[in-house]
Amino acid sequence: MIISHPLLGPRDSAEFVYLGDASLIGRPHAFDDDAMEKFYEYQFLRDNPDGVHRELWYHEQGDRSWLVVTRDTATHDILNVELARDVARQSGRGR
Amino acid sequence: MRYSAWTIFKEGISGNGGWKPMWREPEPKGEYDIVVVGAGHGMATGYYLAKEFGCRSVAVLEKGWLGSGNIGRNTTIVRSNYMLPENQPFYELSLKLWEGLEQELNFNVMVSQRGIINLCHSDAQRDAFARRGNAMRLSGADAELLDRDGVRRLCPFLNFDNARFPITGGLWQKRGGTVRHDAVAWGYARAADGLGVDLVQNCEVTGFLISNGTCAGVETTRGLIKAKKVGVAVAGSSGRVMSLAGMRLPIESHVLQAFVSEGLKPALPGVLTFGAGHFYVSQSDKGGLVFGGDIDGYNSYAQRGNLPTLEDVCEGGMALMPMIGRTRLLRMWGGLVDMSMDGSPFIDRTHVEGLYFNGGWNYGGFKATPASGYCFAHLIARDSPHPVAAGMRLDRFRQGAAIDEKGAGAQPNLH
Repeated sequence: MIISHPLLGPRDSAEFVYLGDASLIGRPHAFDDDAMEKFYEYQFLRDNPDGVHRELWYHEQGDRSWLVVTRDTATHDILNVELARDVARQSGRGR
Repeated sequence: MRYSAWTIFKEGISGNGGWKPMWREPEPKGEYDIVVVGAGHGMATGYYLAKEFGCRSVAVLEKGWLGSGNIGRNTTIVRSNYMLPENQPFYELSLKLWEGLEQELNFNVMVSQRGIINLCHSDAQRDAFARRGNAMRLSGADAELLDRDGVRRLCPFLNFDNARFPITGGLWQKRGGTVRHDAVAWGYARAADGLGVDLVQNCEVTGFLISNGTCAGVETTRGLIKAKKVGVAVAGSSGRVMSLAGMRLPIESHVLQAFVSEGLKPALPGVLTFGAGHFYVSQSDKGGLVFGGDIDGYNSYAQRGNLPTLEDVCEGGMALMPMIGRTRLLRMWGGLVDMSMDGSPFIDRTHVEGLYFNGGWNYGGFKATPASGYCFAHLIARDSPHPVAAGMRLDRFRQGAAIDEKGAGAQPNLH
């Protein structure tokens, strides 16, 4: 698979390390009343779709940026690549 | 008809005209007591439901043809070399069932107990294997710790003096080995069919009939089938199927590749695993080296992998046994695996009454087939878990009771 890095252009996916579903960006708040339940779901449960999947890849053999890759799990087609930093900021995260 | 040497002889001299189809091709009835989805572990479940638990109204639904799923896509290894008390007795039960399976099913599934050797490459790894071997023996399994010379006697062809990963010994389970995987599906199907279980092929589940928190059957591509209890055993596609029941699981689907070389003369004494990289290999009865390694590492439902993993696996093979360097690869394929959050499986009820779940087998489901079928049948028929599978609960992460053999945490592609 070729991942088109937003800054570095097309890179071999073997340069990257895979973490998992991009929902891992949205860490729950520790002081919520239902934090226990939210952390359980955040840490252990996955949508695991057969189709379009947003996921986190780390460019370990490159610039060490985290990317959010939108990929079809049924065909391995890569549909979109964004910097995870931008995705996190758009979702309201401060850093 | 019962298979025996006499049957073969009799059919041989009379023109082989008397062989019957091994199972019926029934149309699905509108209603059963129990419906099992998936004909891998599910086929074994159907058999034990009828044989051990006296359930007479059972259907096993298969999306494709029998043996088209993971039961026909694995690397056929059987073993019981786990460590944790939630796992090891379960896999030991499975190995015991394998040992008697041919007589039980009256079918040659080619159980070949040529042994499995897990190689170690450092003192620390040897200590860990000693500990694991002791845990195995506590459950009644067999385990022998081999020193370097012991491994050399069995496998003189290995690269013992690899500069980075010299072989320092190995953990040997003599009762491990391989089983012909297709024959397992066929044997269970034939035996279950003989007990009145309906195997319905080309019947994909497209939905569950759930009302007021109770499951009353399944919708399929061959019509509605009502059932008092529904068991789902579709590892690899668990996420897809259980989402039809509105469930999110502690599972990611990944692709695992396997490879077969051209046929060679007998070279390997049994199953070998490289303890420093990830490479395992056995030799089939036809002579091909059957080998594999890591999963590709990203979510996939594609049933095919990519080339970097092939390169990595072959590098492991070359590091371990350089003699295979000129062997040509005959074929390769990929299968879907349920990677769970702790590397261990689930056999449990769900929050829906009458709906039972069996899955999360990671890349180790084949060896578990008999025990998985037996324990799942026990759970469905009696509504209580079999003692050796009591830890394989779906809510174990909520309880903090993960069964993490490898200690890698909730990172499925590391298990």
